Amino acid sequence: MADGHKLEIFRGLVKFKSNTQKIWGVLAFLTLITAVEVVLGIVKPESLTNTHILGMKLINWVFIILTLVKAYYIAWDFMHLRDEKFSLRRAIVWTPIFLVVYLTFILLVEADYIYNVYKDGFISWNF
Amino acid sequence: MNSTVTTETETSVWGGGNQPLGASYGKLMMWFFLVSDALTFSGFLAAYGFSRFKFIETWPIADEVFTHVPFFHGNYPMIYVAFMTFILIMSSVTMVLAVDAGHKMKKNAVIWYMFATVIGGIIFVGSQAWEWGTFIKGDHGALETKGGRILQFVKADTGERASLSDFATSIPDKRVMHEKKNGVWFFQEPTLTSVSLKEVVEGFKADSNILIRTELINEEGEKTVLDRKASLEKLADATQVVEGANLIHNEYGSRLFADFFFFITGFHGFHVFSGVVINIIIFFNVILGTYERRGHYEMVEKVGLYWHFVDLVWVFVFTFFYLV
Repeated sequence: MADGHKLEIFRGLVKFKSNTQKIWGVLAFLTLITAVEVVLGIVKPESLTNTHILGMKLINWVFIILTLVKAYYIAWDFMHLRDEKFSLRRAIVWTPIFLVVYLTFILLVEADYIYNVYKDGFISWNF
Repeated sequence: MNSTVTTETETSVWGGGNQPLGASYGKLMMWFFLVSDALTFSGFLAAYGFSRFKFIETWPIADEVFTHVPFFHGNYPMIYVAFMTFILIMSSVTMVLAVDAGHKMKKNAVIWYMFATVIGGIIFVGSQAWEWGTFIKGDHGALETKGGRILQFVKADTGERASLSDFATSIPDKRVMHEKKNGVWFFQEPTLTSVSLKEVVEGFKADSNILIRTELINEEGEKTVLDRKASLEKLADATQVVEGANLIHNEYGSRLFADFFFFITGFHGFHVFSGVVINIIIFFNVILGTYERRGHYEMVEKVGLYWHFVDLVWVFVFTFFYLV
C-alpha cells in the first residue's frame, strides 16, 4: 500500500518513489549520523569540548541533538508515525516529552546542588 | 470525520466501533505500553544523570572503559558499541521491510525479513553479553581507598595505563583458610585478587616509573595524574585491590557507574531478548500462515513497533552511556 505512506522526508526536500526506498534512505541517514557521533566521540575536537553552553560542553549538546534527530526518524519512519493521525502522534510524542523534560530538569538541578554541598560543605569524600 | 456527520452514522458514533485515532485496538495498546515503557527508561536515564551530575568531577570517562573489540587486541574506544548500534538499526530496517511486505501480503518476503531481524537481535544480545563479560573481568586493575575512591596507575614515561601485574612484586604468601570444621562461626571468604595489596604497594615503591591516576577530572577533561611524591602519599590510603567491576567495587571509577551500567543495559538487554522471543513466535506464525488466513499482517506491525522501540531506547543509552 504505497499510497498509504507519506514518502517525503526533510520536509519534502527528498521524496522517495516507494516505501522500501524510503526505508533504505532513512537507514543511510541514521548510519551517517551514528558515524558522525562516533568520529566526534573519538576525535573530541577542542573547539567543541572547550565551549560550554548552559553548564554543559558543546560536544555533549551536539550528541544529544543528533540523538534526538535519530529518534525522530526512527519514530517517524520506522514506527511510521508519519502515516498516523495527527492526534495520535501528538498524544504519543508530547506526553513523554513533557514528563521527561520536567523530571530531567528537577533531578539535574538537585544533583548540581548536592555536588556543591559535597564541594563546599564540610563533607570529606576524597580520602 | 464521523463525529461531525450526524444524519446517517448516528448509530455508529454512539454505538461503538469508532476509531477516532485511526488505529486498531491492538496497535493503540502497543503504543500505550511503549509510552509507559519509554517513561520507565527515561526514569532510569534521568537517575543516571542525577548521579552523574552529583559526581560530575569524578565520573569515569566512557572512552577509557569500553575499549575492547572481540578477537582484536589493543585500544579501540567505541568501535564495538558503534557496531552494536548499527546491528540494531539494521535489524530495525529488516523489521520495517517485513511490515512493508506484510502490507503487500508477500508471505515469503515477510518470513525472510523476520528471520534477518531475529538474527540481528541475537547478534546484539550476544555482543552485549560479551561487553558485560569484558566489563566484569576488568582491564588494568586498581586500588580502592578508605573512602571508596579508585586509584589507577599510569606509566610516567609514556602516559599509558599500567596494569597491576606490570609492576607488582611477588611476595610469597599463603592464605590460611578458615574452614567450616574449625569453627562455629563460618563465613565464606571472598576470592583472592591476582595480586595482593602488599605486592602492589611494594612494587609501586620499587618502580619509579609508575604514577597514580585519581578519579578527579581536570580542566582538559582528563583524569588527574599525581606526581611521584603525591602518589606515594596517596598510596597509604589504599585498602584493597579491585579487579574488574561488580555492584560493590568498580576498578573503572565510581561504583555507581557500574551499577547503572548493569541496570540500564541489563534492562535494555532484557527488552531485546524478549523482543527476539516475540519475533520468533511471530516468525513461526507467519510460516504457519496464520496471518495469511487472517487476511492482514497487523501482528507483524505491532511487534515491529516494539522492536523499533528497543532500537530507539538503545539510541539514547548509546548517547548517555558511551558518548556524553
